[in-house]
Amino acid sequence: MKILVCISNVPDTTSKINFTDGDSTFDKNGVSYIINPNDEFGLTRAMWFKEKQGASVDIITVGEADVEPTMRKCLAIGADNAIRVNAKPEDSFFVAKQIAATAKDGGYDLIIAGRESIDYNGGVVPGMIAGLLDANFINTCINLEIEGTTATVIREIDGGKETLSATLPLVIGGQKGLVEESDLRIPNMRGIMMARKKPLTVIEPSSNETQTSPNGFSKPSPKGSVTLVDADNIDQLIDLLHKEAKVI
Amino acid sequence: MSVLIYAESEDGKLKKGAFEVASYAKGVADAMGSSVTAVAINATNANELGTYGVSKILNISNDALATFQAKGYAAAIAAAAKKENVEVVILSSSADSKYLAPLLGVNLEASVASNVVALPSSTSPFVVKRTAFTNKAFQETQLNTATKIVCVSSNAYGAHENTTEASLEDFTVEIAAGNVTVVSVDKATDKVSIADADTVVSGGRGLKGPENWNLIEDLAEVLGAATACSKPVSDMGWRPHGEHVGQTGKPVASNLYIAIGISGAIQHLAGINSSKVKVVINTDPEAPFFKAADYGIVGDAFEVVPKLIEKLKAFKAAS
Repeated sequence: MKILVCISNVPDTTSKINFTDGDSTFDKNGVSYIINPNDEFGLTRAMWFKEKQGASVDIITVGEADVEPTMRKCLAIGADNAIRVNAKPEDSFFVAKQIAATAKDGGYDLIIAGRESIDYNGGVVPGMIAGLLDANFINTCINLEIEGTTATVIREIDGGKETLSATLPLVIGGQKGLVEESDLRIPNMRGIMMARKKPLTVIEPSSNETQTSPNGFSKPSPKGSVTLVDADNIDQLIDLLHKEAKVI
Repeated sequence: MSVLIYAESEDGKLKKGAFEVASYAKGVADAMGSSVTAVAINATNANELGTYGVSKILNISNDALATFQAKGYAAAIAAAAKKENVEVVILSSSADSKYLAPLLGVNLEASVASNVVALPSSTSPFVVKRTAFTNKAFQETQLNTATKIVCVSSNAYGAHENTTEASLEDFTVEIAAGNVTVVSVDKATDKVSIADADTVVSGGRGLKGPENWNLIEDLAEVLGAATACSKPVSDMGWRPHGEHVGQTGKPVASNLYIAIGISGAIQHLAGINSSKVKVVINTDPEAPFFKAADYGIVGDAFEVVPKLIEKLKAFKAAS
């Protein structure tokens, strides 16, 4: 089985979010980057398929050279090959199109992407890849088993979950549940040393087509301070929620 | 060039989100000098959409679409969009709508903007405001394709009555059998989901153990609320992952969010920031959640919550 894991390079979850150039660009100053958490759950599940079922695991990132440390980390965790599409990820469609083009030539049985990146939160790249490849697609996956060419998948739905069966090739949008938080791997020294020798292939974008353009950012207006209610005066809280906030 | 909505239903009944999507679409259509068409799939009360500004309803009854399947639903909506020659397709932010949106996008060669929180600031070019960086920022996104897809964040716009004469038309689509089949569905039918809830009651480590969750559940019951939890609580297995809200869990955009025994880590706050009114109950006055909340009680959940439940019951009985 050939697996392709799509990796997005995103600001650490604790990053301060600021913008520069007249609020047009995310300010990378002082920000450290990580594997997008939703992607990391998928990558870790892919490692399981590699170890238990002999799958090969490639990773792909659309980005400029500064994303390579995150890609090397994926190799240190255990991915076999890395592919970087050398371009700024302009929008979701642009990214999906690059990945679909590479996947088409690569003959992958399974493509794992995170449900969404924690920076732009578009949540459409996995589905667009599937649409462009005309492959089966299951989103918000919290469990994935593969037997031969059949995948059994549990998907999170609003208020519960759903078990689905699909044939490969399959694209999934993954999230926590594919593996547990405690299953995530911190690369060891041997992994890090080996990752330096693993292939990281740089390819040029296959198209420059985009569908959207960013028109600037803003931040939520600062919040007023909290109204504290005495623990012995619950009636006041109910009154405030009823009359002031009008939510009960 | 009209505006099309997909009016989501469940067990034959339109979901609350369908009326919000209709209301939002009416706002977009007014700005474009156009009207709203809705496509409903196996819904028995699609005619109610007229109350929220929909002028034309395409009603699909199709056994192949009896249960949700993203590819088939996307094909049905795409067929409606092509028939009506629509410029904008508007969906909710439910799990199903977000699942089918990118498939619909590829099908219609349309761009997709998700998590949209306001009417377009301009319809030509078409520019919408959406949340990004897990609610820590907003992004203005310009959609440059002929057809555009917008997923509206739940509770961001609200449902607004705007009674319109609506025509109801049966719409037939051919759906090819898919290669993704639903084996089983596991869903609590007696509980409101986090995505659909007006109010969410959420518990954290301060509750000390899963055996104390009756506090959260009882409070949720009085308020008709969904229950949720913080990340450590789901990681420790006190509660199912489906209840974990925050950056790597579910986003919450309820009208009222009550956090009990949750300190308010930045990742948690990011996930629930779109909620309109936030209440925190915590023993530690220094807990970061107090900086993010609208109302707060410094106190022990084991003392405060039972009193709150009692008082709310009395309040509900009196009103």
